[in-house]
Amino acid sequence: MTSIRIGAGLGFYGDNWEPVAASIERGGVQFIASDHLAELTLAILQKDRQRDPALGYARDVVPMLLRLWPLMHERGVRFVCNAGGLNPAGAAQAVRAAFAARGWKARIAVVTGDDVLPRLQDAARPAADLAHLFTGEPVAQVRDRLVFGNAYLGAAPIVQALDAGADIVITGRVADAALFLGPLVHALGWKLEEATGSQDLNRLAQGLTVGHLLECSGQGSGGNFGSQGAWQAIPDLAHIGYPIAEVWEDGTALITKAPGTGGRVNFDTVRQQLLYEVHDPHAYHSPDVVLDMSGIHLHDEGHDQVRLTGARGQPPGDQLKVVAGFRDGYKAEVTWGFSWPDAWDKAQAATATIRQLLKDKRVPHDELFVEYPGLNSAHGALAPLPAACELNGMNEIWARLVLRTPEKSAADGFGRLFPWLALSGPAYTCGFHGLHNTSELLGIWPTLIPRALVEPGVSVELVESAA
Amino acid sequence: MTATVRIPLVRIAHARSGDKADWVDFGLFAWNAAGYRLIEREVTAERVRAHFAPWLPGAVDAWALPNILALKFVLRGALQGGGARNLRLDNLGKAMAGALLRLEIEVTEAELAEALGAQRVGWWGDGPPDNPLEGAR
Repeated sequence: MTSIRIGAGLGFYGDNWEPVAASIERGGVQFIASDHLAELTLAILQKDRQRDPALGYARDVVPMLLRLWPLMHERGVRFVCNAGGLNPAGAAQAVRAAFAARGWKARIAVVTGDDVLPRLQDAARPAADLAHLFTGEPVAQVRDRLVFGNAYLGAAPIVQALDAGADIVITGRVADAALFLGPLVHALGWKLEEATGSQDLNRLAQGLTVGHLLECSGQGSGGNFGSQGAWQAIPDLAHIGYPIAEVWEDGTALITKAPGTGGRVNFDTVRQQLLYEVHDPHAYHSPDVVLDMSGIHLHDEGHDQVRLTGARGQPPGDQLKVVAGFRDGYKAEVTWGFSWPDAWDKAQAATATIRQLLKDKRVPHDELFVEYPGLNSAHGALAPLPAACELNGMNEIWARLVLRTPEKSAADGFGRLFPWLALSGPAYTCGFHGLHNTSELLGIWPTLIPRALVEPGVSVELVESAA
Repeated sequence: MTATVRIPLVRIAHARSGDKADWVDFGLFAWNAAGYRLIEREVTAERVRAHFAPWLPGAVDAWALPNILALKFVLRGALQGGGARNLRLDNLGKAMAGALLRLEIEVTEAELAEALGAQRVGWWGDGPPDNPLEGAR
């Protein structure tokens, strides 16, 4: 029976690609699929695009391909990524220019059509359309503040690009797991849009599960393994091998990693990733198939090999998920430390002083958020705090004060409330950090859109990079 | 009379958290079937809601996945509206699985001994097949 091997690329914009080189050189992969877009990444790319319309893509794709392409080209490995972000054509242009400068040749495909911002901004649409997926609030509430809005496309345009012979496929927003499902459908000859029977749908469900296990790079092979006492037994995270899947025609998959790499692929590390960022595990929606995880069997064969079977699929719905972002005010933050003695009481007094100044100067703001790194910034009120007398006996206390305000000028001015207190505030300050760091906040607007409004506009363009 | 003990979940389970807009989701995993019977019985949606309520009072959904000895929870309204407007240092809730592992359950000493003593399912190298948790204490 035919099988192919696909390896995980990056898990986010800014991830490390050296483990991908190991998968190419020693993992026997034919495809790499790389996920550069977390839910929030488009917000970062939108700021880039505001500064320069040629940007708006995940810029790490260029140095990444400069490192990996020679390794891939030599072995015939093909590459799929969503680094196009808000500007897939711009990303392809940047890759082409970098390749041309080195005399490299590659067939690059660009997938576009995920941008649905104009639809979200269209005030003529019925009020109930594009309502918030969780709260049901109408989009009119945020319409004039929207900065991006993209539908999650499925695997079909990726399959089309690979069928057409692309070496490198660059998309914008697609379902993360579709980056992996596309190559599987292409190489194993699975039915995608015409999938109807349970065999077809279950294979797609297996493929989607593979994609889900690999889309977060090292999280599928022992990275970020949450536990007490066990994570220490995961070897050599400095040289972690990102997960690789061997997938057979019938959908059976073996999750593993390149020999000689660190990390661990076992029942525990794989199932932590299986449920990551999943809501209803009986109905995990994607544009290509709805996955039911309740029959999944993970057989740990030892030595970093886990066999995956039993995923079940149902036909996808007629709507696509959209994530939009809207401008939602500003923040500015200052971290301020005090040393023993009475460090806790001094931090409280300092915070009260800042609250008083905000009031005296009538600084417009929604809230002043305060947390104490080292004490409660990770677990909030669930972090047990020592008694006040013990807190005052501590070596130092750091307070992190964050202003949320609708006005940029108020955020810009926040840092100026602090420096004079070095001489006129509580004693033994350890200094201020972050006095000038206004940043814009973005709200997330998840919603659904009919496929028929999006899919006819999806296009795949294949271009040959000049040698 | 059977002696009971209160234990934090971290003694018998591991966990990961992630974010989707304003919701944080948790996978909670028992090391073996004996541990799974305990978390499935004790860690209900209501228990998780009540555990987080002093900090983040949101609704909780729960699902059981006995096929992988796991429970899935979603806590709504956990991120001040979402990661890009959340003022906390941990704006994506990556550390929140640790907060779930603080949740305490009551089990009998015999049940605890069974959950700690049973062999873990996953392959943890060629060393002795003891529970890694025991090595930590």
